Amino acid sequence: MTNSHDHHLDRRSLLQGAVVVIGAAALAPATVVATPESMSAAMSNALGGVTPKPGRIKLDISPLAENGNSVPLTVTVESPMTAADHVKSIYLFSPENPLPDIARFHIGPRAGRAQVKTSIRLATSQRVHAVAMMSDGSAWADSAEVIVTLSACIDAG
Amino acid sequence: MRTARIVMPKTAKKGEIIEIKTLVTHPMETGYRRDDMGKAIPRDIITLLTVQYAGEEVFRMDMFPGVAANPFAAFTTIATETGELVFTWTDEKGEAHVEKATLTVT
Repeated sequence: MTNSHDHHLDRRSLLQGAVVVIGAAALAPATVVATPESMSAAMSNALGGVTPKPGRIKLDISPLAENGNSVPLTVTVESPMTAADHVKSIYLFSPENPLPDIARFHIGPRAGRAQVKTSIRLATSQRVHAVAMMSDGSAWADSAEVIVTLSACIDAG
Repeated sequence: MRTARIVMPKTAKKGEIIEIKTLVTHPMETGYRRDDMGKAIPRDIITLLTVQYAGEEVFRMDMFPGVAANPFAAFTTIATETGELVFTWTDEKGEAHVEKATLTVT
């Protein structure tokens, strides 16, 4: 019993040590990176303080990007796209790029279908976020993790 | 001189949803890079793409440095009437590149 208890403590302190190391590694590079604060500030600025719920929106992006300079993506939102009920805007955010905002699309009932495509830059592997703002004021979000093998040359290139 | 490419059908049936793909040549210089001498390369990006269909705006995209060079954008619109689509890309200095295409609705 005592033995297994000690073992448990060892593992815990080991894990804590690992967290410290990972934290230090994340802080180490002196590059421009969006902070969690600037990311949430960008989101609340774009969404006017509305907290997005998961669902109704799909971010289609390759989980593995060989080149971060141009990563294609498609965003599709479930919406009848009528005058009374439609998608007004679609936002893309990147937590690990120098700027959290990537692009904002503004559409309306004349789009017929709520689907947009573009190509983005990714400075490093990260979770890309897509948010749809509806005509009724609700917001819906999806996100996808993308592993980048060769980063976009945002720093010295 | 910029060149732009628009890919869309020339004709469509009334009420049909068509997809329009756009691309314009532009470096989308982020402002975060340095040249070989270590000098910062100034930011130079397209910030806005608007699309008007028969005089009414049907698509608008705000761009930030996270949009890849030679910005690509695709969207859909309902073919309502025969008319001209006007695509306008505007950079930070306010310089615009305009491209036009006609959609014939039957």
